[in-house]
Amino acid sequence: MSQAPTVDLAEEFMERRTPLQRVQSTLHRYPYLSPLIVLVVAMVVFTLLNERFLLPTNLSFLTQQSVVIGTLAIAQTLIILTAGIDLSIGAIMVFGQMLMANLAVSVTASNVLPIAGQNPALSIVLGILAATLAGAVNGFLIVRFNLPPFIVTLGTLSVFTALTLILFKARTIQGPEIPELLKWLGTTVKIGDFQLMYGVVLMLILFGVFAYILRNTAWGRHVYAVGDDPVAAELSGIRVKRVIFSVYVVAGLVMGIASWVYIGRVGSASPNADPLINLDTITAVVIGGVSLFGGRGTMIGTLIGTFIIVVVENGLSLAGLDQAYRVLAVGILVIAAVAIDQWIRKVKT
Amino acid sequence: MTVQPVLQGTNLVKTFGRVVGLDGANIELYPGEVLAVVGDNGAGKSTLIKCFSGAHSPDTGEMQVMGQSVAFRSTQDARAAGIETVFQTLAVAPALDIAENLYLGREQRKGGFVGKVFRTLDKKRMRKEAGEHLRNLGIGTVQNITQAVETLSGGQRQAVAVARAAVFGSKVIILDEPTAALGVNESARVLQLIKDLRTRGIPVILISHNMPQVFEVADRIHVQRLGKRAAVVTPRSHSMNDVVAIMTGAMTVPESEQALTPVTA
Repeated sequence: MSQAPTVDLAEEFMERRTPLQRVQSTLHRYPYLSPLIVLVVAMVVFTLLNERFLLPTNLSFLTQQSVVIGTLAIAQTLIILTAGIDLSIGAIMVFGQMLMANLAVSVTASNVLPIAGQNPALSIVLGILAATLAGAVNGFLIVRFNLPPFIVTLGTLSVFTALTLILFKARTIQGPEIPELLKWLGTTVKIGDFQLMYGVVLMLILFGVFAYILRNTAWGRHVYAVGDDPVAAELSGIRVKRVIFSVYVVAGLVMGIASWVYIGRVGSASPNADPLINLDTITAVVIGGVSLFGGRGTMIGTLIGTFIIVVVENGLSLAGLDQAYRVLAVGILVIAAVAIDQWIRKVKT
Repeated sequence: MTVQPVLQGTNLVKTFGRVVGLDGANIELYPGEVLAVVGDNGAGKSTLIKCFSGAHSPDTGEMQVMGQSVAFRSTQDARAAGIETVFQTLAVAPALDIAENLYLGREQRKGGFVGKVFRTLDKKRMRKEAGEHLRNLGIGTVQNITQAVETLSGGQRQAVAVARAAVFGSKVIILDEPTAALGVNESARVLQLIKDLRTRGIPVILISHNMPQVFEVADRIHVQRLGKRAAVVTPRSHSMNDVVAIMTGAMTVPESEQALTPVTA
């Protein structure tokens, strides 16, 4: 076989880099590094401001605060990795938990659906299935009609919210009515002074499972390829539409699990639960170094991003600052995160 | 005895609305040759090639691979038939690394329980094999196989794309304007790669605007004009000016003077 020309392309890599460029390429390689630094710095600062911050009771409170955002952020990460976005994530989660609770309660008088009094386990499964189906609806609309995910999920945000109110008559189901199994994920075990909630364990397991799937399965790599450059992915033989659809279905499944987590965390089921959770999940994902343009980011980044949100909120309130400052801080963090992402993307070729 | 073409297209017609892409085009690719496809913009070069790579399907006409009739509905179909295409828009995923790109769409799973149940990818093996493939192709200077493709230069990316085609394209490799975006040195590498492929007995279809490059590597030159094949010539029988003249219709070549059968190298 004849030899290639002797131009040594390796030399191109060896060229001198400024320290800033080195930082840039390191961040490029490990996109969760910058949020990790932010998290560590924030925790150090808040500990200095108020020593109560590091108390086990406060730390367990932090993990519990993060559980719903974190679980939903897993779903949001998958979707954002495909360069999509899901604004209906909270609406689906609320629909799921209302369905679960309404199926499981025994009192039918106050219940519009003639389906009450189901087995609690069956109720949970049906709630998760409904959320999966809702995700599939999003995916179907996006893939089949080539609609932008932003528009589709903006629409289904209203649709699912309205469905919840219509079907369940805007009635909050109080904790005592709800069977224990639905609230099981809110149970805590004591490890010293630290209260570990089962829902937190489930969330961490889910993060681990999806980190593994994204890194070590063909489907996971395809999710990145599709988000990175759908045309290239298609030409490489990846069925782009199938991958995108499957991502919305899987995300729906995770939202269904989040519904169960939510009931455990809050102890009741309300149709008006946490309307801002959509934005919180997007914030967590973006702060965690996942690129809104798709194809870049990790589950561990999102987990860190989730913790940053709750740590900043909690730390600032412990430091005696007004709620408005935490909103301000999170806002600045989001913009900084996106700016850093843009900068990292310009890594020298 | 006539040699069986590896690829053959007969009377291919493809229209896009009112635009006629192919108007009864013929093409033959013979074993072990580099066939250049040249033509003016809109002559139907890319359309012709996309029929064989599975990106388009012709409205009428017949396509054959090794004498077997084929109909491709997707790039996967073409790939299954042994035709690999390197598209003008490099079909690489920038954020994935070199090994992942080589195996994109045909990942290797680990054997046994782990691979079956957890569907774990065998990254180690893919990286090792990707490195070997690149070295075999003489592009071993890409040092780190786990480097993201977006950190590579244009030529290196092209090399990765070509390598992917070369590694898996058992029968035919189609290159669509592989040097269009490259510098002189990088172009030379890609041309060398094409020659290496021919040495290994893999037939190549090369689409290019660059006449000197075409004349450097091609065994035969297929000139496409107005959706049809205007002529097939060789670098020895005709000059660059002749080819340009055929492209623009200023010159016609009688069939007896064309190189419609394989040229003995």
